[in-house]
Amino acid sequence: MTEKKHLLSILVENEPGVLSRIAGLFSGRGYNIESLCVAETADPLVSRITMVTIGDSFILEQIKKQLNKLINVIKVSDLTGLDYVGRELVLIKINAKTENRAEILRVIDIFRGQVVDVGQDHYTISITGDTEKISAILNLLKPFGIRELARTGSIALFRENKSK
Amino acid sequence: MNKLTGAQILMQMLKEEGVDTIFGYPGGVVLDIYDELARTDLRHILVRHEQGAVHAADGYARATGKVGVCLVTSGPGATNTVTGIATAYMDSIPIIVFTGQVPTKLIGNDAFQEVDIVGITRPCTKHNYLVKDVKNLAKTIKEAFHIARSGRPGPVLIDLPKDVSISKTNFKVPDDVELRSYNPTYVPNKKQLEKVVALIKKAKKPVIFTGGGVILSKAHKELAELAKKTRIPVTGTLMGLGGFPGTDPLWLGMLGMHGTYRANMSVSECDLMLAVGVRFDDRVTGKTDEFATDAKIVQIDIDPTSIQKNIQVAIPVVGDCKITLEMLNQLINKENTDDYEQKHKKWLDKIKNWKHTTPLAYNQKNVIKPQYVIEKLYELSKGEAIITTEVGQNQMWASQYYHFNQPGRFISSGGLGTMGFGLPAAVGAQAGMPDKLVVDIAGDGSIQMNIQEMATAVQYNLPVKIIILNNGFLGMVRQWQELFYDRCYSSTKFVHTPDFVKLAEAYGAVGLRATKPKEVESVLKKGISSPGPVIMDFVVEPEECVYPMVPAGAPISKMLLV
Repeated sequence: MTEKKHLLSILVENEPGVLSRIAGLFSGRGYNIESLCVAETADPLVSRITMVTIGDSFILEQIKKQLNKLINVIKVSDLTGLDYVGRELVLIKINAKTENRAEILRVIDIFRGQVVDVGQDHYTISITGDTEKISAILNLLKPFGIRELARTGSIALFRENKSK
Repeated sequence: MNKLTGAQILMQMLKEEGVDTIFGYPGGVVLDIYDELARTDLRHILVRHEQGAVHAADGYARATGKVGVCLVTSGPGATNTVTGIATAYMDSIPIIVFTGQVPTKLIGNDAFQEVDIVGITRPCTKHNYLVKDVKNLAKTIKEAFHIARSGRPGPVLIDLPKDVSISKTNFKVPDDVELRSYNPTYVPNKKQLEKVVALIKKAKKPVIFTGGGVILSKAHKELAELAKKTRIPVTGTLMGLGGFPGTDPLWLGMLGMHGTYRANMSVSECDLMLAVGVRFDDRVTGKTDEFATDAKIVQIDIDPTSIQKNIQVAIPVVGDCKITLEMLNQLINKENTDDYEQKHKKWLDKIKNWKHTTPLAYNQKNVIKPQYVIEKLYELSKGEAIITTEVGQNQMWASQYYHFNQPGRFISSGGLGTMGFGLPAAVGAQAGMPDKLVVDIAGDGSIQMNIQEMATAVQYNLPVKIIILNNGFLGMVRQWQELFYDRCYSSTKFVHTPDFVKLAEAYGAVGLRATKPKEVESVLKKGISSPGPVIMDFVVEPEECVYPMVPAGAPISKMLLV
């Protein structure tokens, strides 16, 4: 069976220890977490975890069932293959010498990024987009020298049916 | 409304949940709880080690079908419960473990006897709680009991900081629990069941395969009805023993590594398998690629994670075993036109022949054979005893040679395989079933892992009978060394073993010994009829093996026989 990336959206009770239960489930059973993003929803008693995990269909079925079995997990949705909006935020601290600044700004502009901090010889850039877009800009910026990088991992919401 | 302390609320809630017996061991941070306990009519059984408290609560739960409860202190008291909790978790036994904790202000400071027991037990409890505010205590206890006994049952731990047991709050019994994130599916999808009925009607060589789920959901009557009506033979896991009458002609015996020849062959050749409340453990399936390859497998379980975990199934059915079998029986009754007796005759004859040509067997010599001791015990106790076991050869022989006609009679650590389980579990079972004969079938290795609970049995006059099949070895490990490691008995021979008769006497119990086959019956008779706890030391053949045996990783049709 082939391994595939899956994007899971998990609603959980906003309580201490819940993340540890989920992380423990993955490490204890040898599943992979590629990225993880957690924050409160509009209901302060509920948090949403967006997770990218990898496995074949057999493993994925177990992951979803095991997550659902945790008492604090309210709902698990697998967005993979469905119509969803996904975004990731990345902050990039990059070498920006005078001779490169214009070129860097052009690249950022194409990707609709922003410079959020400037120093003598660096820019800090903020970009949002889907995973492919982030990978593309990182490839383009790499030659300038990336000093530091912080990525949030994907967050995503299911696209509602528009015609109703 | 009157204000109560946390300790008082705990006592009220235990009463509310119908608890009358708890197993425990006091310590610094639970002093207030114990002080309150002394003022109630709850029966507290003081064990000699916290591991014993959990196993006793577990044995009590398995024997009575109620939730077992234990209470221990923080730090080492709490960590000593971990093996017991993991044992209950693997076998889905409903117990509640109350652990003391250092005061909330000290949590995280590495205080004296502080340990993060909620963190430690997260992977081996169904759920656990740290109660930080006395206002949440009553609700938490209510939830814990609900979670422990509903769905696929399991252990729940509640960590109680000392200040929570002292603080006061208004107390009102909480309303029924409703958890938006926890709603087990009891009633299965009827469409799935219709497919199952169609498969039953078509099958020529069907087998029912039962597990602990049948016992936990009390589905034994529905199971018997289904098997007898459709004339389908039944095999089971270790945890399933007693779910179907062990003396019924349709019973095939246990399946798996030490299963009977006819059970393993039936499963290997069947064309339909109805799996009820099982999780296809590796000890049962052997090599999964060659497990029941000709069969369409139907799997009924309340826990979706058990389905499709180890074995691909044709029809998954999520639901409570009892309710599901009840519905299945109704569907079959509705169109009861088939003559199953006639239809399955050839299949049942074939199985009968397997039983005839290759029965469970051992060679009786002039030394005591462990199998003989259990056969005699079965005979003398008329199959009515509650049997607990330790783990290893003693456990396998008990499962092969004692026949269980009712659920709750065979109490054994199936999933985790915990040596030292049998004696404290027997203590707990006896506390819950005072009028029953409770026998722990042990080996000379396992019994020493929780031997201290002899003192508990004597103190509370819980008249458990302990049968030690004394071969001077860690028998099952030795058996593997004999068969697969060229008889290199690395660290499995006990060069020194205590005199178990004197040990029994030192604890204030009765000690008996048999060294020859002809003494077995008289020792058993004397032991069983003694009023208090007894240790019976049977000096048995040192190098006896459990057969049949399927080597690890082999298909279950490839058995080593006597």
